[in-house]
Amino acid sequence: MKALSRYLPLLLLAIAWELAARLNIVSSLALPPLTHVATAWLDLVHDGELIDNGEASLYRGAVGLLLAIVGGGALGMAMARWRTFDVFVNPLVELFYPLPKSALIPVTVIWLGFGDGSKILLIFLGCMIPVTIGAYNGARGSDHVLVWSARSMGASPLRMMWDVVLPSALPELLNGVRTALALSFILLVSSELIVSQKGFGYLIGYLGSTGSYEGMYAVVLTVAFLGFAADRLYQLLMQWLLRWRE
Amino acid sequence: MARIEDQATLAAGPGDLAHERAKGLDAAFRFGAGALSILVVLVAWELFARSGRVTMFMLPPFSAVVARIYTDALGGDLWINLGLTLYRAMIGFVIAAVGGITLGALMSRIRIVHWFFDPIISVGFPMPKIAFLPVIMLWLGLYDVSKISIVVFDAIFPVVTATLGGIASVEKELLWSARNMGASERQLIWQIALPAALPQILTGLQVALPISLIVTIIAEMAMGGYGLGGAMMTASRFADSRGVFAGIVEIAIVGYALIKALAVIRGRLLAWHPETVERS
Repeated sequence: MKALSRYLPLLLLAIAWELAARLNIVSSLALPPLTHVATAWLDLVHDGELIDNGEASLYRGAVGLLLAIVGGGALGMAMARWRTFDVFVNPLVELFYPLPKSALIPVTVIWLGFGDGSKILLIFLGCMIPVTIGAYNGARGSDHVLVWSARSMGASPLRMMWDVVLPSALPELLNGVRTALALSFILLVSSELIVSQKGFGYLIGYLGSTGSYEGMYAVVLTVAFLGFAADRLYQLLMQWLLRWRE
Repeated sequence: MARIEDQATLAAGPGDLAHERAKGLDAAFRFGAGALSILVVLVAWELFARSGRVTMFMLPPFSAVVARIYTDALGGDLWINLGLTLYRAMIGFVIAAVGGITLGALMSRIRIVHWFFDPIISVGFPMPKIAFLPVIMLWLGLYDVSKISIVVFDAIFPVVTATLGGIASVEKELLWSARNMGASERQLIWQIALPAALPQILTGLQVALPISLIVTIIAEMAMGGYGLGGAMMTASRFADSRGVFAGIVEIAIVGYALIKALAVIRGRLLAWHPETVERS
C-alpha cells in the first residue's frame, strides 16, 4: 500500500501517456499508446531481436566495465601508494578527466572498427577515470597506523595492498564504480546509436528510421529500465560488500 | 597523509617559514613533474605516429593535428563549431541548473510537489536518458531545440537531487531561529535554506556540467551539422582522421576550461565556507 502511493505518480504518468495517445491529443505517430508499445515489446522478444541485440550490448558493457574497474582500481591504488608514480601520472589523469568521453566514439571506431572491440575500448577508457579517482581518494584515506603496523608485522607490499589498503579504500572505490556503471550505459547506447550494426542503440536507431515507433519506444524503455535496475542491484551489492562497516 | 601534515603544521605554528618554503618547493616540483609527464606523452605520440608502425590514418602525429587545428582556426570553421557547441551545452546547463534548483526547492517546501516528483526523480536519475535521444529527435526535429532539450533532460537530475539533499541537511536550528525572528517563507528559502545548501547544490552542478558536455557532443554526433561533435562525425565519414583527432583535442580543451572555471566559481561563491578557508 505504501509502495503503491509512493509510485502512484509514475502510474499516473503512464495513464496520461495512454490517454494522450488514445484521445489524439498528440499525434499517435509521435507517441503511440503505451499498450501498443507493450505489444511491440512482446513481438520483439518473440522474434528474438531484442534478445540478440541485448546480448551484444550487455557483453560489450560488461567486458568494458570489468576492464575499467580492474585497470582503474589498480591505477588509483598504485597512485595512492607510490608518491613518485603519483607525481607523474596524476597530471595525466587530471588532464583526461574533464574530457567529455563521448568525443572518443569516432576514434575508437578508427582504431577498432564497427564491432565489439570499439565499444569495449570506449567503455574501458570512459569508465576508468571515475574508478581511478575513487580508488585513489579511498586508498589515500586509509589509516596510516594500520598500514604501518601491517608493514612492521612483515606484510609484503602486495599482501598489504590486498588486506589493508583495498578494504579501507572500498567505500570510495565502490562509489566510483557506481558512477562508471551509469557512464557505461550512456557510452554504450550512444555509441551503438551513432555507429553500430548490433546492440540496443542500433535497434533503437533502426526501428526509428523504419518508422516502427512502437518498437523504438519499447527498446528505449527497456534500456532505461535496465539502467535503473543495474543501479539498484549495484546498490544492494554495495551494501552487502560494506556490511562489515557498522 | 593530510592528517599528519595538519598535525605538523599545527606543531610548527604559522610562523615556520622553512615549512612554508618546503611546501612551495613541493608544489613547484609537482608542477614540473606534471608538465614533464604531459610533454613525454605528447612526444611519444609524435614519435610513435612517425615511426611507421601505424598508418597516418590510425594515428596522425600530434604536430599534424595541431596544424589542422591552426588552419581550422584561421579558416573560421573552428570558431563556428566551437561557438555552437558551447552555446548548446551552456544553454542546456543553465536551464537544467535553474530548473533543477527551482524544482528541488519547491519539492523541499511543498508536500504535493514532493509526492509527485520524488518517484520520477529517483527512478529517472539512474536511467540512461540518452536512450531517449531518438524520441526527442522524433518530437523536436534535428535542430538546436532538440539538442538543448536532451541536455536539459540529462543534466537536471543531479541538480534536483543535490538541491533536495542540500536543503534537507540544513541545520534545523537555523530555520527555527529565522522563523522565530519573523522570516517569511520566501525569505526562509532565499536567505537561509538555499545559501546553507549551496555547497551541495554546487556539487550537483559540478556533476551536471560534464554531463551537459557529454550529451551535447553525442547529440551533435547523432544529428550531424555544425558543432564540434558534428564536425568530428563528418571528418570520420570522410576518413579524415586528422579532423577526428583535432576534434578530440578541441573538445578536451573546452571540457578542461569549463570544468576548471566552475571550480573557480565554487571557490568564489563559497569564500565564506570552511571548505575554502581550510584549503588556503
